[in-house]
Amino acid sequence: MRQISMRDAINEALHLEMARDPRVIVLGEDVSGGAGGTSGQRDAAGGVFGVTKGLLPKFGEDRVIDTPISESAIIGAANGAALAGLRPVAELMFADFLGVCFDQVFNQAAKFRYMFGGKTTCPIVIRAATGAGMNMGAQHSQSMYAMVTGVPGLKVVVPSNAYDAKGLMLTAIRDDDPVIFFEHKALYPRKSAVPEGEYTIPFGEANLVREGEHVTVVAIGRMVSFAEKALDTLAAEGITADLLDPRTLSPLDDETIYESLENTGHLVIIDESPPRCSVAADIAGLVASNAFHALKAPIVQLTPPHTPVPFARELERAYVPGPQAIEAAIRKMLKESRAAS
Amino acid sequence: MSLPRDLLLRAYRQMKTIREFEERLHVEIQTGEIPGFTHLYSGQEAVAVGVCEHLSNQDWIASTHRGHGHCIAKGCDVQGMMLEIYGRRDGLCKGKGGSMHIADMTKGMLGANAIVGGGPPIAVGAGIACKIAKRGNVAVAFGGDGSANQGTVFEAMNLAVVLKAPVIFVFENNGYSEHTGASYAVGSGDIAGRARGFGMPAETCDGSDFFAVYDTMAKLLKTARAGGGPATLEAKTTRFFGHFEGDPMLYRAKDEVARHREQMDCLRIFRERVAKEGWLQTTELDAIDGEVMALIEKSIAASRAAVPPSAADLLTDVYVSY
Repeated sequence: MRQISMRDAINEALHLEMARDPRVIVLGEDVSGGAGGTSGQRDAAGGVFGVTKGLLPKFGEDRVIDTPISESAIIGAANGAALAGLRPVAELMFADFLGVCFDQVFNQAAKFRYMFGGKTTCPIVIRAATGAGMNMGAQHSQSMYAMVTGVPGLKVVVPSNAYDAKGLMLTAIRDDDPVIFFEHKALYPRKSAVPEGEYTIPFGEANLVREGEHVTVVAIGRMVSFAEKALDTLAAEGITADLLDPRTLSPLDDETIYESLENTGHLVIIDESPPRCSVAADIAGLVASNAFHALKAPIVQLTPPHTPVPFARELERAYVPGPQAIEAAIRKMLKESRAAS
Repeated sequence: MSLPRDLLLRAYRQMKTIREFEERLHVEIQTGEIPGFTHLYSGQEAVAVGVCEHLSNQDWIASTHRGHGHCIAKGCDVQGMMLEIYGRRDGLCKGKGGSMHIADMTKGMLGANAIVGGGPPIAVGAGIACKIAKRGNVAVAFGGDGSANQGTVFEAMNLAVVLKAPVIFVFENNGYSEHTGASYAVGSGDIAGRARGFGMPAETCDGSDFFAVYDTMAKLLKTARAGGGPATLEAKTTRFFGHFEGDPMLYRAKDEVARHREQMDCLRIFRERVAKEGWLQTTELDAIDGEVMALIEKSIAASRAAVPPSAADLLTDVYVSY
């Protein structure tokens, strides 16, 4: 099968869904680009990461809307358009910019349906580039998904590869609830086998990336590929793992984690967001409450430290949990567990 | 030139309904039966009605924390609203929204909004939907002088100008942002002037005069419906009660409300005008008063007797599917 990048996979999903459903619109800063520029060229950007490239020439200015740098207005307009019957896909550019539009996300979109007694839907998708690894500094590199995962009414998607990204994006646009879709910047160029045409991946179903017997590894977003690297190395030492990619953090497929733990008894959670009130902490809490009996060792949460994302290459490398840190954590956990038993 | 009789009668009925709804709530809130806190619209009726009489169910409005008047003017069911404010199961939002979150999409009512400045960006989105549908519909963003100082409102106004979205920003300048005077908090003192700075036409009118609001809105809507982009209406008005019920209004001169009730009562001004012009008979208006009082009485009685939501309702309507 053809291999395409996650950038192209999401782009393809947007093309397919805009062609299928005239209610789908795309709006955000530079989603096309070039409006008002001196060259006269439109589609000059196609999004700062090129994810929305080619949409404007195909679907026109009514449906592919370049906006000013006004995040509250972008997300607010997406909300209003959704209440009025459209299915907007709003690009926030960087997930860090949730900071300038959070009211529209958690006071408005998340609560309309409940506050209005179930009499409306708010089918928006907010696309946001996430994650560290590109030396973009503290305000363009965060993993903010825990903040929205904790808000009832929102759904949260964090794809780890091109195939999932396309199927999850099609599901997200067709979903009647507000969805925050986190796209890891470092994954945009990474290719995987992606079928042409439409397919959807349901929310709330974890992907069992690989099966093993000694440990259950839950990894989120970019951490999935790092975990795979670590597990490749550990396989030579006879250590194998169930590697679970939750794919959606809300809803979260916690049952699959419990089932895996019945076999392995050991849980390592790898999360790129800081440790306090993180998705890792949430999963650890759920497991402690619901599958404590299956645990043979303390849960390991592998996260960055409780710091902002640093800038310098060396510091950022030290910040992100990499394959070697994951290997080391798994080795240490299993060694201590064996020693204790 | 006179407006059609049925329009005049309906406009009066709407304004009177809002007034009685609010004056009665002011009384009923003292009983402790109504949960939470409430912001009353008394005094501003001519603005909501003068604007909404131009709108159909296919036009949208985004409202504010002081939203009862907008809801009634846009056609929301009065008893359903009262039930909602009492937190009853059969309220317009099943008792899950309350006074500050009444909405009805079937009436083009995008919701009251407890966040000052929350509504205008949403109205722009509804305006974008109108623009795409090309049926000449519009969205109206209601806000107060307080919202005129929110950055989200500036973002919404600029975006509407950039996209030529059919949105009318209606600022009800009632003189107070909560407990602080607009003369202090609105730096330039000129909200319409700010709107012009964004590149849209803006008009100021007497918000106590239904006819002034209605006529000014007609003018602004003409260009918006024809694809000319957004416009702003600043209506100078007053509120007869505090920011919220229970507000002792220490920031207002002792006689201010009494004076405003005497000089700026939009219902009295309307009655005097239609009598002077010979457009409507006093007996017709008195008959409407009676019907409105009966409707409010019935709504209060129904709300008192109604059942609250059940515990199971807590868990529904969070998601469409999860």
